[in-house]
Amino acid sequence: MLIWAVFAAMTAAAVTIPLVPLARRRLAGGAVTEAGDVAVYRDQLAEVDRDVAEGRLAASEGEAARAEIARRLLRAARRGEATAEPATLRRRRLLSVGVAVVAVPLIALGVYSRLGHPELHDRPLAARLAAPPERLSMDELVARVEGRLASQPDDARGWELIAPLYLRMGRTGDAVAAFRHAIRLSGPNEARLNGLGEALTAEAGGKVDADAKSTFEASLALSPKGVLPRMYLALERAQAGRLDEAVEAWRALVASGRPNDPWMPVARAELAKVEAAAAGRPPPVDADAAATPGPTAAEVDAAAELSAEDRAAMIDAMVARLDERLRRDGGSVDDWARLVRSLRTVGKADAAADALARARSAHAGDPKALARLDALIGGR
Amino acid sequence: MIVEIGHYALILALALAVLQSVLPVWGARTGDAGLMATAGPTALGQFFFAGVSFAALTWAHVVSDFSVVNVVENSHSLKPMIYKVSGVWGNHEGSMLLWVTTLALFGALVAGFGRNLPAVLKADVLGVQAWVAVAFYLFVLLTSNPFLRLPIPPIEGRDLNPILQDPGLAIHPPLLYLGYVGFSIAFAFAVAALMEGRIDAAWARWVRPWTLAAWVFLTLGIAMGSYWAYYELGWGGWWFWDPVENASLMPWLAGTALLHSAIVMEKRDALKIWTILLAVLAFSLSLLGTFLVRSGVLTSVHAFATDPTRGVFILAILVTFIGGSLSLFAARAPGLAKGGLFAPISREGALVFNNLFLTSATAAVFVGTLYPLMLEAATGAKISVGAPFFDATFGPLMVPLLFAVPLGPFLAWKRGDLLAVAERLAVAFGLAFAGGLLAWWLTRGGPILAPLGVALALWLIFGALAEVVSRVKLFSEAPKTSFTRAVGLPRSVWGTMLAHLGVGVTLLGIVAESAWKIEDIRVMRPGETARLSRFEVIFDGVATRSGPNFVETATRFRVIEPSGRVTVMEPSKRVFRARQMPTTETAIATFDGVSQLYMAVGEIQPDGGVAMRMYWKPLVLSIWIGCLIMAIGGTVSLTDRRLRIGAPRPSRVPRAGDAAPTPAE
Repeated sequence: MLIWAVFAAMTAAAVTIPLVPLARRRLAGGAVTEAGDVAVYRDQLAEVDRDVAEGRLAASEGEAARAEIARRLLRAARRGEATAEPATLRRRRLLSVGVAVVAVPLIALGVYSRLGHPELHDRPLAARLAAPPERLSMDELVARVEGRLASQPDDARGWELIAPLYLRMGRTGDAVAAFRHAIRLSGPNEARLNGLGEALTAEAGGKVDADAKSTFEASLALSPKGVLPRMYLALERAQAGRLDEAVEAWRALVASGRPNDPWMPVARAELAKVEAAAAGRPPPVDADAAATPGPTAAEVDAAAELSAEDRAAMIDAMVARLDERLRRDGGSVDDWARLVRSLRTVGKADAAADALARARSAHAGDPKALARLDALIGGR
Repeated sequence: MIVEIGHYALILALALAVLQSVLPVWGARTGDAGLMATAGPTALGQFFFAGVSFAALTWAHVVSDFSVVNVVENSHSLKPMIYKVSGVWGNHEGSMLLWVTTLALFGALVAGFGRNLPAVLKADVLGVQAWVAVAFYLFVLLTSNPFLRLPIPPIEGRDLNPILQDPGLAIHPPLLYLGYVGFSIAFAFAVAALMEGRIDAAWARWVRPWTLAAWVFLTLGIAMGSYWAYYELGWGGWWFWDPVENASLMPWLAGTALLHSAIVMEKRDALKIWTILLAVLAFSLSLLGTFLVRSGVLTSVHAFATDPTRGVFILAILVTFIGGSLSLFAARAPGLAKGGLFAPISREGALVFNNLFLTSATAAVFVGTLYPLMLEAATGAKISVGAPFFDATFGPLMVPLLFAVPLGPFLAWKRGDLLAVAERLAVAFGLAFAGGLLAWWLTRGGPILAPLGVALALWLIFGALAEVVSRVKLFSEAPKTSFTRAVGLPRSVWGTMLAHLGVGVTLLGIVAESAWKIEDIRVMRPGETARLSRFEVIFDGVATRSGPNFVETATRFRVIEPSGRVTVMEPSKRVFRARQMPTTETAIATFDGVSQLYMAVGEIQPDGGVAMRMYWKPLVLSIWIGCLIMAIGGTVSLTDRRLRIGAPRPSRVPRAGDAAPTPAE
């Protein structure tokens, strides 16, 4: 509301500006004077006199100049003065006042209502980062912690906090470095080692490499029942082509869990995959998941380990990331369909409709793509 | 809230400009002093709101408010503060906001300092200025709005184009805009005079300081831009005949012509119609320059705006104002009273000569700049008109003009005596000739035209000095008398002397740089030594450093003079983090006060070898020193608030009706 009060004050000031001279000039004095012109010539005459007196101008030159000025002065003084009927003047003044009072607010509010965003507050970066952590977005949180770590690189808590955030944002290289700092400063524990392992895997494009493998093994040594390191180690065996060992590892995992454990579906799917591969069958394909690059295995795993709220936040972040990428770079029909479906799943019907509209306009010239879009999102 | 206040203030400025474009002009037509008196307050109010708007955008940039699209696209939280501020006008939207704010500033200055101005003229001038302002406010608000918002602000911006993160570019655009927009005042005066259908001494008296101020800023802006291109782009050149550079040169040439013809008009009441036309042309060329740079019709290092809708909008503004004012000129000019008469050999004659050549040179640049665009639009063929065209057209036009410059101030008004002038300039001519001979002897075997160029430059310098020497009778009277006379000399005389001398200094630099520069391009490995002119250049090695928002690969060179003095030079390449864009940072060392050694890093090879561009540029600094002297000259002349009357020297014993000047009308 304050902003409208400020706008009102500004508008009032702007309206007053042209009114002051309109009101102050009496109607009787409304005629044109050529005083300005005459004043210029009088100044010139005075100056020539001064110049002659101070010797800057020869007397004969001064005389010539004075004659010239006098001639121009006479011409200026001869020019007639315009006058008008007081009634006409009064009507014109009233009309002008009316124009000023109506036009300024009309133009200002008319244009502003189309272009302005009175509901948006200023968001200076420093103030955004100084807000209480629970009100920060992930990006803001990261920026704030980064700011602190830049000045205090040995702040163990900072690294501990930022490392998993980096991993979730897909900044895998930064995540690896951050987990390493945290381990260097606070020593290894299960969570840090798991995080580092995941970050290394993500950095290697989903391949559990030697570094990641030894990290997960170290984590397992600390806590032999850890699900996450066992899953990754099973994955590593499959990737290394030791399929029988992989089948065995996944079976052990499935056997150790309860049916409603969040990671159970992933484990079962992986087991089915390696079993098929070991038997020489084509892997069972979930057509949807294969068609588009979904979240990485690491992200699914991370989601499995999170609390319900954190999981929701993570899904939101992933959807937002996809949304931003599509806004910026565009994408295939499949990408757009995935965005629309994701938004519907998380209950953002409006955002989904908006995304669908953008998808349609992005592929407006391509009827085939539009048909596929409709098929993929399953009607409206 | 501050951002939205800025947005709203900009719209209020538009609303006030609309009033300002209607009420005063209406008052002037109907002779209503009350309506005319609204011009001043609305102009001041308009400037206030435009200023608030500009301050709000600056604030958003300074505090990195990434809810503003303009800040996201052109700023970065780690950017040094000076570039956060200069980033406000380092982009299209912000620079257009600066443009309109400058326009409003000039309007406010006319309103504030125009007390002595006839009421009708003042009302019309501010009215015309408001027409231009309304067009540009609409342009900013509708096509280039810097106040667009993002509901969900990102956490970091995309940074300013790295080649623009430079102190030179921080002050170049404001100077250039003060120049461009300053000509809008001359334009407004010209259109006002055409609307009134009369023009007199007050007109020229009022136009001169505005034109002079605009010219000073434009001179500084062009010089700054040229020096920036010289050290930042790393090509070793200082003028590329790039369309963007030409876009600023054309109004400068027309403005220089306008300055000179305005003198004639103020002193002698002559050349009125021509002066009006030049005022219209100077601003039209400023608008054209804005169009060329801002519409994106050019693709060059400078043109960082690309959006056809903007181009069409500016083109419409351009057509309206240039077409409108020229039509008005065609309709009204024949009715304007003609000015005084003068002989061909006279001060007026010399100034007409100046105007002829300056406008021809403007035309040459105009053709060279626009012909490739026209050709591309008509046939699709892409050609580039480069230095050879301008050397063949602009150069030959400049030589006779520059030769005549020292003669002008010696000629008397109305009728002059060329022989007497030649006599008084004989010493300057002799000195210039001797200087040319010396240059020829020192550089035997070099370019044959260069010593002539040196002689021409010295002729300009000594010729300019000669005028003051002769006015104060330096060698013919006692030093004390000369000193008294020097103190009493009008400042405009000093201004003329400095400006003309500056042209000579600049020319000297241009001639020396283009004729005698030494260029060495080679791959060097650490420990290697190269010889360039009198210097021994030793390459020490490469190091990587980290700046606030960039990573730098710096090379280190030791430059050893024959005297044994060592200078360390560290040319480098920077990669800016946000845009991952490399820039070349040249290293420049100045020797002998005005000559420079210039080093730029090219490719850095894996084996440690570095492709180096090294130049020895004799006297190169005097190019810009000359421009600075010209600007100082303009400023000195600007402080001369005298009213000027052309008083011809009576050639004979006065007789009735003869000694007085010929009636002007």
